[in-house]
Amino acid sequence: MRALKNLSRDKLASLSLFIIAAIVILGLFAPVFAPHDPNHVDMKLRYAGSSWAYWFGNDHLGRCILSRLIYGIRPSILWVLAALLASVGVGAAVGFLAGYFRGKTDAILMRICDIMLSFPGYVMTLAVVGILGAGLENILIAFVAMKWAWFARVIRTSVQQYAEMDYVKFSKAAGISNRRIILKHIVPVTFSDIAVIASGSMCSMILQISGLSFLGLGIKAPHAEWGMMLNEAREVMFSHPELMLAPGLAIVIAVSAFNFLADGLQVALDPKRMNSGKQPRVTEVEKPNVEYA
Amino acid sequence: MGSYIAKRLLLSVPILLMISFLTFLLINLSPMDPAEVVLRAQEVPEITEELIAKTREELGLNQPFLKQYADWVMACLQLDFGESYVTGQSVWSLISPAFLNTLKLTLVSSIIIIVMSVILGVVCALNEGNMLDRSVRGVSFFLTAMPSYWLASIMIWYFSVRLDLLPTSGMDSYRSYILPVTVISVSYVGIYFRNVRSSMLGQLHEDYVVYGRACGLPERKITKHILRNSLQVAVSIFCMAIPIILGSTVVIENVFAWPGLGRLSVKSILSRDFPVIQAYVLILAVAFVLFNTLSDMINAAFNPKLRKEI
Repeated sequence: MRALKNLSRDKLASLSLFIIAAIVILGLFAPVFAPHDPNHVDMKLRYAGSSWAYWFGNDHLGRCILSRLIYGIRPSILWVLAALLASVGVGAAVGFLAGYFRGKTDAILMRICDIMLSFPGYVMTLAVVGILGAGLENILIAFVAMKWAWFARVIRTSVQQYAEMDYVKFSKAAGISNRRIILKHIVPVTFSDIAVIASGSMCSMILQISGLSFLGLGIKAPHAEWGMMLNEAREVMFSHPELMLAPGLAIVIAVSAFNFLADGLQVALDPKRMNSGKQPRVTEVEKPNVEYA
Repeated sequence: MGSYIAKRLLLSVPILLMISFLTFLLINLSPMDPAEVVLRAQEVPEITEELIAKTREELGLNQPFLKQYADWVMACLQLDFGESYVTGQSVWSLISPAFLNTLKLTLVSSIIIIVMSVILGVVCALNEGNMLDRSVRGVSFFLTAMPSYWLASIMIWYFSVRLDLLPTSGMDSYRSYILPVTVISVSYVGIYFRNVRSSMLGQLHEDYVVYGRACGLPERKITKHILRNSLQVAVSIFCMAIPIILGSTVVIENVFAWPGLGRLSVKSILSRDFPVIQAYVLILAVAFVLFNTLSDMINAAFNPKLRKEI
């Protein structure tokens, strides 16, 4: 709760949170908000400029760009969010096991993570897509398969620091079950680290997935996706460059919002403020692991 | 130091083995039978059971899994990555020129990224909190949020089409480098200069800086000490960055029609040319591991404390 209060003091972060919430709601209820059918082809309206009926104009097939943008939120943002949650979930499970139980469990799990992390992430995403075939679901599978190890690493470091705290030792001595200690006493305090890295890596995931769609490896036509809209716009770029504008800006706005939110969260959830007087912790969160594309 | 290098190199051997195994396994996870993929790729009109069985035999797919793996690793060590399913050319003859082209692009970009990040990072750290620092960081935030292919398309449209200054695509002269290198650098400078900046800021309030000031050392000399210490972090970050850039020029290469690995890999993915994909993944993963090892070594050379950690 205190974190939320801190965050609301940061205007930029609150604005970002608002934008993200708006995007998510628009995407979830796309049929309600979209003014037209995103796949409705109307050759009479090819390359039409913006009008009252079609705010952002029409594309090379006369489809409503605004509606395609709104429907595009689903694969571009919502499914990425789902993939992120899945990889954070797997990473958290592994990270908690390794960080809390230590010893052999830790050693084995971390070796597996090391191997996963020694692959270049973007190349492996491409490889998985290459083997399973192009398509949105295969990209998402690749994301989960490649990202969990990194989350596991960061979460483990965070868990380890709290698992050694006196209150955890006391709970153990009082005979409280491991499951209960993890759920009640460790998950809430490590949540801040998890939130920061998750919102940070959301940015690179959005950019990557739109990049893969741009290359034609993502969602299949005629479904709308921001990267694919840009790809379609590129083919007519020399005659109608304005088509590049809307989907590109949509990506920039979404990624910036997550970027600022990650920054704001880092400050708002700063553990230095939570237990003041302690040395600032050095977490792996600060290590660079950004692969933009 | 010598024993550290030896140990670190030994440590990367099992990782390389695991990588090769996973890369090999990946192809076997495919939902499609490789024999069928070959026949489809060669556009054989009628694919019969018999033909598939014959192709399986030819490709050695009927042998035990571990034997196939061992044969493949041995062949790879001799740079024989098999033949393309689509064209029948040897994979190495396809990959090596593409790899060189990508390497050229990566190295030129990396140099610019390193120089720009260090300059911007140091300048921003020394001007922490004032207008310059804030505006540079603001712009970088915006630039890193931009999809690189979007920026690339805009630049092509403006510089190549409207102003007709630079080539739109291909790799003919040094002028072909300008646009792709700019686009790659813009995305990465925004990330890495922040790392340089924060590692520099971390040093600014260390005891040795306070002590230096107390002794009346000129500010210029103190800055020199800070730089030396903070650049250590930067060096290791950049060693990690080079293979990442090498692997993520894919999109840019496709936009600028750069005849490199990225384009080759996307083409192979779309035509399901497994041996090429396999070789691509293997080569980049090995590069990744080697650069990681290198960055650890450089760090250890700077910081003796790290040498004991293995």
